[in-house]
Amino acid sequence: MLLAVAFANSIVILIVLGLFIKSMPILAKKSILHLLLSSSWHPLKGEYGFYPFIIGTLEVTGIAMILAVPICLLSAIYLSEYAHRRFRELARVVIDIMAAIPSVIYGLWGVIVVVPFVRTLGKALDTPTTGYSLLAGGIILAIMVSPIIISVSMEVLRTVPVQARETTLALGTTKWEAIKHVVLRSALHGIFSAIVLGFARAFGETIAVLMIVGNVPKVASSIFDPAYPLPALLANNYGEMMSIPLYNSALLLSALILLIVVGVFNITAHLTFMRIEKR
Amino acid sequence: MKPRKLEESVFKVLMIASITLVFSVLAGIIIVIVVRGASSLNLSMLIQTPEGGYYLGKGGGIANAIVGSLYLAFGASLISFLLGLPIAFALQKEYLSPRLAHVTRLSLDILWGTPSIVYGAFGFIIMVYLGLRASLLGGIITLSLLMLPIMTRSIEEVIRMTPSELKEISYALGTTRIETTIKVVLRQALPGIVTGILLAFGRGIGDTASILFTAGYTDYIPRSLFDPVASLPLAVFFQVATPIPEVQNRAYASALILLVIVLLISLGSRLLSGRCSRHIVK
Repeated sequence: MLLAVAFANSIVILIVLGLFIKSMPILAKKSILHLLLSSSWHPLKGEYGFYPFIIGTLEVTGIAMILAVPICLLSAIYLSEYAHRRFRELARVVIDIMAAIPSVIYGLWGVIVVVPFVRTLGKALDTPTTGYSLLAGGIILAIMVSPIIISVSMEVLRTVPVQARETTLALGTTKWEAIKHVVLRSALHGIFSAIVLGFARAFGETIAVLMIVGNVPKVASSIFDPAYPLPALLANNYGEMMSIPLYNSALLLSALILLIVVGVFNITAHLTFMRIEKR
Repeated sequence: MKPRKLEESVFKVLMIASITLVFSVLAGIIIVIVVRGASSLNLSMLIQTPEGGYYLGKGGGIANAIVGSLYLAFGASLISFLLGLPIAFALQKEYLSPRLAHVTRLSLDILWGTPSIVYGAFGFIIMVYLGLRASLLGGIITLSLLMLPIMTRSIEEVIRMTPSELKEISYALGTTRIETTIKVVLRQALPGIVTGILLAFGRGIGDTASILFTAGYTDYIPRSLFDPVASLPLAVFFQVATPIPEVQNRAYASALILLVIVLLISLGSRLLSGRCSRHIVK
């Protein structure tokens, strides 16, 4: 048992260490700041600027969060505060199913439905686009992070004691006022963590985004332009590039960056939940 | 209407609209995949492996990917179960100090959140280090790392629910820690174990990014652990990227097969965990 526990703990360290050692060659050659801020990506010439990829990841994740957060929070509040118990159970099943659908299926649905939708939208707005764009990627990511944001914030809202609601209602407030001033306020930290978890999930999502975001290594000038997020870069090029050691090392550095960013977000959420649980 | 009543109504409408949107997106996904997939699905797709010229639209099926995915998911579930169960047991307060338990839970949560592409890259490093090619074994190792936190955390959640009185009664009878764990806690944890295995299995069978470099892809059903192996998610991914409509249709059919497997597992875990919890002391 202790061995298994030691294994679980060491695997985190091993992953970080392994990726770090493998990205040493590129870090030795170039400064990390230069790598992060340069936008010239020409591996064959030995130029590895991650800037467009980092911006691409942030933009696609940002769009996803802007779309997902309000809808998910409203849904979670409805399910937790207004919905009938039976409807809530049904919604749990639906959300579990959404969470279980593999990302490649979301990607495929994106190709069939979202990409043509964005193309039509672009045409209507007079910005011709192939549809393979930041916006399409953001829409699919928003759908993919919904189950986690809804279910976590629903659980958090349920932990607010009934007495808190009843006391407020007894003061003559409407139900919505009680929710707004009391329930949401005391669940704030938990809801924040739910959003953080959703962000982390979106940040690292690979296949679905890769299939619809267009994969052009340039900073996009509008949401109808294609982009190239970090995970997609890794998935498209890793494995075949063993022959150019520096390229290989650059790709593993991108994996390390992903792991660190997502790790920090996950630790934040974990610690917040621990604090809530203690109360 | 008073403004504060109006505010409530406005938000209520927004909430109902949001939840309707979420439900209809899920319905939309399932309907589109089922309709598109069903029209190109036939028996030969399920039982044949690709024939010559398959990727140009000629005959054959994706039995290689179906069998491959099952091999991968079963193998990885087994390994992560064998590792995860002892970890979940050890997280009880009889075994680990609170501090170590806390750190372990944090590690598991970090692992749970780690993007699967990172597992893929890490798995590939390990394989290069061990001198393995992309193979069934490589895919199983990588997937089991991905499944481990899911498995462990869902078993542990249930173990934590075990009433402490129950354990104390068992200890009062003079049992050792391990006897109590195996004879009392294991039985209590049964529903959690079932959910954990099915949840991890479902996540593993659908994961693409982690096996992209580690499992490879082949038209044959693997005969040993060191052969490369095809998988359903990669079958969808590769086939949809081709310009040939027949092959694209097969991507839809493959996606439908994958979706059906995942949905069955999801529903099955609900039914089974309900069934297994009948004899649980609460």
